[in-house]
Amino acid sequence: MTTTASEKRQIIKEVLAAYPEKSRKKREKHLNVTEEGKSDCGVKSNIKSVPGVMTTRGCAYAGAKGVVWGPVKDMIHLSHGPVGCGYYSWSGRRNYYIGTTGVDTFGTMQFTSDFQERDIVFGGDKKLDKLIDELETLFPLSKGITIESECPIGLIGDDIEAVAKKKSKQIGKPVVPVRCEGFRGVSQSLGHHIANDTVRDWVFTKSDKISNEELGFTPSPYDVSVIGDYNIGGDAWSSRILLEEIGLRVISQFSGDGTLHEVMLSHRAKLNLIHCYRSMNYLCRHMEEKYGIPWLEYNFFGPTEIARSLRMIAARFDETIQAKAEEVIAKYQPQMDAVIAKYRPRLEGKRVMLMVGGLRPRHVIPAFRDLGMEVIGTGYEFGHGDDYQRTTHYTDPGTLIYDDVTAYEFEEFARKLKPDLIASGIKEKYVFQKMALPFRQMHSWDYSGPYHGYDGFAIFARDMDLALNSPTWGLVQKPWQ
Amino acid sequence: MAQNVERINDHARLFHQPEYQELFARKREFENCPSPEEVQRVAEWTKSWDYREKNFAREALTVNPAKACQPLGAIFAAAGFEGTLPFVHGSQGCVAYFRTHLTRHFKEPFAAVSSSMTEDAAVFGGLKNMIEGLMNAYTLYKPTMIALCTTCMAEVIGDDLGAFITTAKNEGAIPKEFPVPYAHTPSFVGSHITGYDNMLTGILTELGGEKTTPNGKWNFIPGFDTYVTNNRELDRILNLMDIPHTILADNSDAFDSPNEGEYVMYNGKTTLAETRDAVNAEGTIALQAYSTQKTRGFIETEWGQPTYVLRPFGIRGTDAFLMKLSELTGKPIPRQLEIERGRAVDAMTDSQAWLHGKRFALYGDPDLVLSVLSFTLEMGMEPVHIVVTNSNESFEAEAKALLASYPNGSGATVWGGKDLWHLRSLMFTEPVDLLIGNSYGKYLWRDTHTPIVRIGYPLFDRHHLHRYPTLGYQGAINLLNWIVNTVLDELDRQTIIPAKTDISFDLIR
Repeated sequence: MTTTASEKRQIIKEVLAAYPEKSRKKREKHLNVTEEGKSDCGVKSNIKSVPGVMTTRGCAYAGAKGVVWGPVKDMIHLSHGPVGCGYYSWSGRRNYYIGTTGVDTFGTMQFTSDFQERDIVFGGDKKLDKLIDELETLFPLSKGITIESECPIGLIGDDIEAVAKKKSKQIGKPVVPVRCEGFRGVSQSLGHHIANDTVRDWVFTKSDKISNEELGFTPSPYDVSVIGDYNIGGDAWSSRILLEEIGLRVISQFSGDGTLHEVMLSHRAKLNLIHCYRSMNYLCRHMEEKYGIPWLEYNFFGPTEIARSLRMIAARFDETIQAKAEEVIAKYQPQMDAVIAKYRPRLEGKRVMLMVGGLRPRHVIPAFRDLGMEVIGTGYEFGHGDDYQRTTHYTDPGTLIYDDVTAYEFEEFARKLKPDLIASGIKEKYVFQKMALPFRQMHSWDYSGPYHGYDGFAIFARDMDLALNSPTWGLVQKPWQ
Repeated sequence: MAQNVERINDHARLFHQPEYQELFARKREFENCPSPEEVQRVAEWTKSWDYREKNFAREALTVNPAKACQPLGAIFAAAGFEGTLPFVHGSQGCVAYFRTHLTRHFKEPFAAVSSSMTEDAAVFGGLKNMIEGLMNAYTLYKPTMIALCTTCMAEVIGDDLGAFITTAKNEGAIPKEFPVPYAHTPSFVGSHITGYDNMLTGILTELGGEKTTPNGKWNFIPGFDTYVTNNRELDRILNLMDIPHTILADNSDAFDSPNEGEYVMYNGKTTLAETRDAVNAEGTIALQAYSTQKTRGFIETEWGQPTYVLRPFGIRGTDAFLMKLSELTGKPIPRQLEIERGRAVDAMTDSQAWLHGKRFALYGDPDLVLSVLSFTLEMGMEPVHIVVTNSNESFEAEAKALLASYPNGSGATVWGGKDLWHLRSLMFTEPVDLLIGNSYGKYLWRDTHTPIVRIGYPLFDRHHLHRYPTLGYQGAINLLNWIVNTVLDELDRQTIIPAKTDISFDLIR
């Protein structure tokens, strides 16, 4: 079933009709259909969610602790405040890492100050002070601490910055206060920004005074940092392997499977390679401004984009790197041909609706295309205007765009557009599966992955096939009806 | 070694290939990690009595707690009522977390909305957000009732929920007669089980109902029990006994709905009419104590009903439950339940040799822990470490009394208010044969090599365990199945090396 752009506009109108007038006016700015030659998708974004409509968005804490800082594996990330935030985000994102958890790495642990009523009434700074001493006693190999503020901290007037400064001096390690209270901003996006700023203010300000020798670091002309890959299911590793194969030296993974040392090395690269623009562009811009390090967005989803990205990256280096990039592309070509030969016939012409965060609402479109699939609708949970500008490069004209889509809109769009596959998050998964619609989680890769790089694309293709062509969907309808 | 299209490797195998192992080695050069010897030294130290003492000296730090916060329990309670949309007033990220958490456990959709308060609401209060939110939720999702609770943000700034709802109604955001029960559910007080209690009290208060003529029914409150099909089992048992009843509230369909090709948003089974009529019941029986304290207090004082706490788990728990029901209603215990009892006891005697004397650690919510303890003590198992993060004094007294009633309970210590990092020290310094807990226990399994039986909430890493009832005699067989077969699986794992340990790799056990 093909739906024309004008039919899609009509569908938007019909869906909006369900809202009370005030909310309809707010929501209609977030829904549109892409047009040929336009520089953006024609939607407003990064605006407060409408109350009561069931947004999928999270909060600043989720962006700071769950996304940016959380994966730095040898630091302890403290959920400062009541117990819930840390509990719900505990081991939720599969940021893979290598280490002995609880000894030299801490990624799948939950550290909290578990605020009680008395902490709200009397303040939690003293508790925080003592807590940091206890962390030092029990986890002596940690490289530092970040303090992620939960909602109450900002409301009761605690001075976590003062505590952080004092304790950092005492323990001789970075202690980073992150003011990511959940009520700040409109989504997790501000949390990314706040976390980026704390890296700048609390880590770089110190690390840029430390010499390469002191860090045991000998620069090379091929040094790059991988920024904003959170290593979900090992994504950063299946990306790194390609960068190393073309002759580059990855000196820092920030933050998937990263260490504090790598964070401190990141501003010593010759080029910053950024995977998730939305969550880490602030730091890349800062490193460009302050240290003169250029940065480049790349896309390692699907062979078409991987080849394009490898050439684009190689073009920033000398001919040896460029030649190696061609070798690597050629080396993997037969493998990719085999994957496409196997899966494309099973997936050709299938229509997909996407709704994710970060970069994925645009970056995975070419990977679907490599398999002959078509993305008919996409949207961001917490995108900004610059994300929607970047999206037009990837989408076909006539693609339905929905920003901060509500549960109601998403369900109605799916009912009317009847896609073959929906690729979104865990909160959406079972809604659509109950509609007998194949679904893949595009935040967590549905516990599979990696999806990045050539190795990842093979898994991506396998997973889309298993989702779409599972015989279970055929069981939903009763044969006697 | 590139991917072979006939056997595509995902993360579980891909990263063990040599090219990735080499990659990890190269990466280490930039990591500045401590040496393997240093890591090993510290790792060994964390297993020591010295470490345990330092660990137990903690006063401010919590590591790996076994508790969530109030609103999670509140929306779990709300989901059992007909057409009810949970509405959480405060920051929106909380709701994303609750929905995610419940969904990951049940593998079911879960609808709840937020009033999406931001900085301006922190300054001026959340009234505008609530009015707009109620209007939108009511219009879009057409609920029969909206059950409102709070995040800690709304609690810290002190929003007046009752007044806000009245204002919203006066301004026409929702009809005046539309029920909007509410509960204050600050996350810095109690835990998810407190939130369950508060929300249920809020709902019963709002729906009220007139005390007219006795309806001859009995009310049953399941508590924060994530084995939601227990409600179906309870219903079946009560029907067998011919006891008219109302479950307050039955969320079994909300968390276990059929796939028939259409998404149905509301699956709460307890109607508002039944709930309004609950005031006319003979009495109320709660299946948990510590998630129903406030609700029982309300029912006793406001409804003038007797309330009882009875936990129909394990043989003796179910015996006591049925005998009390029989005493209260005058109805005999039917033959069918005697047969079921006999089958459960038969299964337990069949397996007792494998579980007798097995030393185990257990953690979870207070009522769950008491139910599992009761069953395992009946099996002759020996509890050793019992950790309850969201503990309280009366639970501890009750747990100690239960332990004291069995000779095999004498070796146990109840660790109230402790977390799973404390439990790690306990398990290293005083090892046990088995661990019983939720999915987070798998980290303790990895570290201490103690096999885990997954019982509790959340269960993220195994499928469908939540679909099986644990209640009654039939439920006891499920508990037994999980425990004994974990022991036998572990025995097979221990004896699987050919020509070395496989002398005991027995076919018949």
